[in-house]
Amino acid sequence: MSLQFLLDGLISGAMIGLGAIGVTLTYSILRFSNFAHGDLMAWGAYAALVAVGALGALVGTMPLGPLSFGLPLIAATLFAMVFTAGLALLLDWLLFARLRARGQAIIVVMASFGASMALRNLLEFLFSSSPAYYSRALQIAQPVGLGIRITPDQVALLVMTVLLVTGMHLFLTRSQRGREMRAYSQNPALARVTGIDVSRVVRATWIIGAALAAAAGVMVGTLVQIRPLMGLDLLLPMFAAAILGGIGSVPGAVVAGLIIGLSEAAAVMFIGAEWRAGVAFVILMAVLLVRPTGLFGVTER
Amino acid sequence: MIDLLGYGAFFLSTALVFAIITLGLNLQWGLTGLFNVGIAGFVAIGAYTSAILTTPDAPDRIGGFGWPILAGWLAALALAAAAAAFTGFATLRLKSDYLAITTFGVAVVVQLAALNAVGLTGGPFGVAFIPRPFAGLQSDPLAFNLVNLCVIAAVTLACYLALERLSRSPWGRVLRALREDERAAISLGKSARSYRIQAFAVGGAVMGLAGAVQAHFIGFIAPDNYIPTLTFQVWAMLMVGGSGSNRGAVMGAVVVWAVWIGAGWATSALVPGDWQARAASLQIVAIGVMLCLILLWRPQGFFGPRRGRGME
Repeated sequence: MSLQFLLDGLISGAMIGLGAIGVTLTYSILRFSNFAHGDLMAWGAYAALVAVGALGALVGTMPLGPLSFGLPLIAATLFAMVFTAGLALLLDWLLFARLRARGQAIIVVMASFGASMALRNLLEFLFSSSPAYYSRALQIAQPVGLGIRITPDQVALLVMTVLLVTGMHLFLTRSQRGREMRAYSQNPALARVTGIDVSRVVRATWIIGAALAAAAGVMVGTLVQIRPLMGLDLLLPMFAAAILGGIGSVPGAVVAGLIIGLSEAAAVMFIGAEWRAGVAFVILMAVLLVRPTGLFGVTER
Repeated sequence: MIDLLGYGAFFLSTALVFAIITLGLNLQWGLTGLFNVGIAGFVAIGAYTSAILTTPDAPDRIGGFGWPILAGWLAALALAAAAAAFTGFATLRLKSDYLAITTFGVAVVVQLAALNAVGLTGGPFGVAFIPRPFAGLQSDPLAFNLVNLCVIAAVTLACYLALERLSRSPWGRVLRALREDERAAISLGKSARSYRIQAFAVGGAVMGLAGAVQAHFIGFIAPDNYIPTLTFQVWAMLMVGGSGSNRGAVMGAVVVWAVWIGAGWATSALVPGDWQARAASLQIVAIGVMLCLILLWRPQGFFGPRRGRGME
C-alpha cells in the first residue's frame, strides 16, 4: 500500500481549509451560509489566469527554480485576492447588505444561491467550460521517503497555506480589528453598544473571506485545473469543514478541512475515486447527528 | 397546426410537472419557511424509484419488478418523503442554514449515486423503457400528447387541491403560526421541530411524485436531468409566482418555463453554433440576476396574494 494518498489528502485538505475559513467567518459574523463562496474561489482563479496571461505577455513566465510558476503568478495571485475582495464587497453592497437590513437571514442565503448561479454561469460564458491552466510546464515529483512523492509546486503551496492560516489566526487573536470581529460574532448587540463599527467588521469579513477564497482558487488552479465548476465542487466539503470545525473557529475550519481532505483521499484509495464527492456529505451528516457544534465550536445562543 | 397543438400539449405537460415541483416547494418554503436547495435530489429520488420498479428486466442493473405505473408513483412519493423526513430529522433542531446545506448535500449525493451506482440506476446512461401511460396511443402522437397532458394536469390539480386543503387545515395554520411567531406557537404546545419535519416530508413527497410523473411522461431518465439548474429553475418559478400561494406557484412555473423555452429558441435562432453553449449559460445568469432582483424589489412575486413573506 502506498502512503501517497496521505499527501494527496493533505493538499486537497489545505485547499478545503483555506476556503472554509471564509465560509466559517461569513457564517459567524454575517450570519448566513454563503452559497456563492465557491464561486468567489473560481472567480479568483480566473482573475489570476487573466493577470498571469497579461503579465506573461509582458515579461514571460519566469519560473522560479524548480517551480512551474514564477513572480508573475505570485503577482497575479495578489491581484486576484484584491479583485475577489472587491467583487465580494460589490456583491454585498448590491445585494446582501440590503437584504440583511430586512432581518430575514434565510432570504440572504437564497440570494447567495441566486448569485452563485449567476457568477458561475458568467464564468462559463466568459471562459467556456473547458479547463484552463496557469502553466503547461511538467513537474517531476520527488521522492521524500515512505513511498511518497511531492512536486515543488505542492511544497510551495503548502507553505503558502501555512503562512496564510498562521497570519489569519494572529490577525484574529492579536489585532484590534480581529478582536472586533470576534466580539461581533459572539454578541452583535453588545459589540455595537461598546462602539464597534459594524460596517468595518462586515467589510473586513468579506475582504478576508474572499481573499482567502481567491488564494485557494489559485492553489486548485495550479495543482489541479481551472474550471467554472471548481468552486461548486468544493462547496460541500467547505461547508462540511466549517461545521465540523465549529462555526466561527478558524483553526477548526483548517483542521476539519484537513480531516475531510484526508478522508476523501482515503475513500479514493480504498473505495473508489467515483465516490469521493460523497465523503463530505457523510461527515456532515455524522457531525449534525452526533455533535452539531463541531470540534471547536461553542453552543449557539 | 396539428404539430403546433401537439407541441403546445408537450410544452404544457412539462410546465405542469414543474408546477407540481413548485407546489411542493411552496409547502416547504412558502408556508413553512424551510429552505431547500436540493430539489433536484428529491425529484431524482422519485423518478428513479418509480422507473426502477416499473421497467422491464434490464441486463446490467436490478429491475424487472414490473410494477404498475400507479404503484411506482406511490413508491416514489413514499421514498422521497422518507428521504426528506430524514433530512429534516437530522437538521431541523439546528439553525435553518443547516437544512439548506444538508439539502445541497442530498442533491450532490443523489447525483453521485445516479452516476455511479450502475447496478441500481444504470449509471450515466440512465434508465430507458419506462412504461408510459396510455402507451397504446403512441402511434398517434397528437392523441398521445393530449392524453398525457390530461394525466399530468389531473395530478397537478390533485396536488393543488390537496395542498390548498392542507394549508387551510389546522395543520397548515400551525405551520403558518410557526413561521410568523415561533415562540407564540411553541407556547401553545406545538412542537416546532415535528411540524416542520412533517411539512418538509410532504413537500419532498410532492417533488418525488413530480419526478416520477415526468419519468413516465418522457420514458427515459438520466443523471443529467437532475443537475442544480433544475433546483434553480424551480426557485425562480416560486419567486416569480409569489411564495405562499399555490396558485402563484402554478402560474410562476408556466410563465418561467415559457420564458425559458422562448429564450432557448431565441439563442438557437440568433446565436451561431459554437457560441450556443455560452449563450445558454448567459440564460442562467439572467435567471440568477432576476431571482436576486425579485428578492430585492418584489419579494411577494407577481401572482401571489398581496401580502408576501418579504412584506411582513
